[in-house]
Amino acid sequence: MSKKSFRQAINEALAQEMRRDHRVIVMGEDVAGGLGTPGDQDAWGGPMGVTKGLVGEFGRERVLDTPITESGFIGAAVGAAATGLRPVADLMFVDFMGVCFDQIFNQAAKFRYMFGGKAVTPVVIRTMFGAGFRAASQHSQCLYPIFTHIPGLKVAIPSNAYEAKGLLIQAIRDDDPVIFFEHKMLYDDIDEVPDEPYTIPFGEANVTREGTDLTIVAFGRMVKFANEAADLLAKQKISVTVIDPRTTSPMDYDTILESVEETGRLVVVDEAHPRCSMATDVAAFVVQDAFKHLKAPIKMVTPPHVPVPFSPALEDEYIPNTARIMAAARSVLA
Amino acid sequence: MQLNREQLLAAYRMMRTIRDFEDRVHTEFSAGGIPGFVHLYAGEEASAVGICMNLDERDKIASTHRGHGHCIAKGCDVDGMMGEIFGKSNGLCGGKGGSMHIADLSKGMMGANGIVGGGPPLICGAALTAKTLKTGGVAVAFMGDGASNQGTTMESFNLAKAWNLPVIFVVEDNGYAESTGSNWSVSGTQLGRAAGFGIPAVQVDGLDFFAIYDAAHEAVERARNGGGPSLIHGKLNRYYGHFEGDAMTYRGEGEVEMLRRDHDPLNFFRKRVTEAGLLEAAQLDEIDATVQAEIDASVVKAKGAAMPVASKLLTDVYVSY
Repeated sequence: MSKKSFRQAINEALAQEMRRDHRVIVMGEDVAGGLGTPGDQDAWGGPMGVTKGLVGEFGRERVLDTPITESGFIGAAVGAAATGLRPVADLMFVDFMGVCFDQIFNQAAKFRYMFGGKAVTPVVIRTMFGAGFRAASQHSQCLYPIFTHIPGLKVAIPSNAYEAKGLLIQAIRDDDPVIFFEHKMLYDDIDEVPDEPYTIPFGEANVTREGTDLTIVAFGRMVKFANEAADLLAKQKISVTVIDPRTTSPMDYDTILESVEETGRLVVVDEAHPRCSMATDVAAFVVQDAFKHLKAPIKMVTPPHVPVPFSPALEDEYIPNTARIMAAARSVLA
Repeated sequence: MQLNREQLLAAYRMMRTIRDFEDRVHTEFSAGGIPGFVHLYAGEEASAVGICMNLDERDKIASTHRGHGHCIAKGCDVDGMMGEIFGKSNGLCGGKGGSMHIADLSKGMMGANGIVGGGPPLICGAALTAKTLKTGGVAVAFMGDGASNQGTTMESFNLAKAWNLPVIFVVEDNGYAESTGSNWSVSGTQLGRAAGFGIPAVQVDGLDFFAIYDAAHEAVERARNGGGPSLIHGKLNRYYGHFEGDAMTYRGEGEVEMLRRDHDPLNFFRKRVTEAGLLEAAQLDEIDATVQAEIDASVVKAKGAAMPVASKLLTDVYVSY
């Protein structure tokens, strides 16, 4: 056990799985970098340096830089998965799904089902998401609800370095296509992360705070803010449960329902756009299955339904934060 | 390339199987027995067979919405195919895929595809698997003239060349993307496009099994020997509409009748091998009769097969390692 950043945890998961299984390869734009240049042959390791060092250990046969060609290489990753490799493809920003979505939702997601169970597609698509980087409208979205909407895809959203390593190893070993969401504001966050490989099962929520007055469900970076809010509320004698579902497909509704049956109050914190989001999804399930236990209306904490703005002043206003979660909690408890 | 008598008989048998299969599906669809969308390959048989006779069990193909011919040529079970098209439990995919998604990965057939241009990126991946795991296999992406205009196709040309992948792109140009002429819709030429990516390419008479076989032989050899991707552009004809039910009002008067009479790939093959004394007409007649009986039997089996049970709706998703 040692302290590692979210970035290191992901890098370590990739390296350990590549050592374990020669079928695991990494591919994407600039995952090594420098190909065809006179300079450094491990120039980037991705724009955030997450895959740095892998090409040195595993070579260019297993760490493949691609042209800027998302339909081409995401499709190639899917085809490689269907024929015997276990590729981890890097879709640099999830916003780029627009130029390769067919290969994900019509091809990868469907093979197993439409081929009558005779195909597996063990591809992982790692992708950066989320606001806070001043990266503006086309590099800051969450978009995981869109992938969650598609049967056949699995969707993992780690909230810290420990979760990132365990969920990524699980994703690589899973026989279904997994979209692995990495919040770009978490890469430098440090946690205790075991040195040895471990997996975190999909569809099992993590209860990060246990309390009796209120349930908060949060996703990705929002888990961090929900925990902060819970700790501050605890000082005001308000006892809060925080649930991090960790994967939205499959989704652990049971843990949420059990908690709401106990607390009777729910706040859902989702950084995605509010319409047809995980916030609306969780709220709908709880209303359907635990309505009689609710003591107050459910509160959703989300950004407004607008694109992510560039200006720091506007972006900070856009992103849900600890204060907003605390305000929502108080209103539900009022 | 000289083929022996056994190979010639196999080629003819395969082409005849595709033709009879498609003609029969046409009849059964018209009679109302087949649900959904069906796109028939009749008239294009020489391409699928000429290409796939160069492939073995290591090799993968990605097909198109017009995929029955590729399936048969790659060795998929005809009874399973017929069952699938009828939506029955004896289908290759248990009735979950249908005509547009017939697949048998155990045969290296990675699926017909409902998305025009869906196959080329996937086949780059299959080729990457072959290259990475050193299987010696090659991967073939069949596409129509319509798919040749998709961005995914162009991206795949570039990726296959950049990664030096063992890929063969086969453009089956039947002159019509749905109802729109490739004369109008394809800018430049297929060979010119390939040349733009530095990919060796050849145009062949898509009715001529022997020309296609030879072109594929060269491309497959190149791919197996590490020479990277190739493109084969076959000009050929489809006898039926884009989909079953298409009235084909966009085609010339008498066009299809003329093609069937004067430009049929099976007739061409028969004439060529009998005139050259390679095979006897009687041998081919015997194949015609046998295949006809097999297709009849596959329809009987498909009609008699059970529908999938309702519980199958919920299987084959979210299966863990």
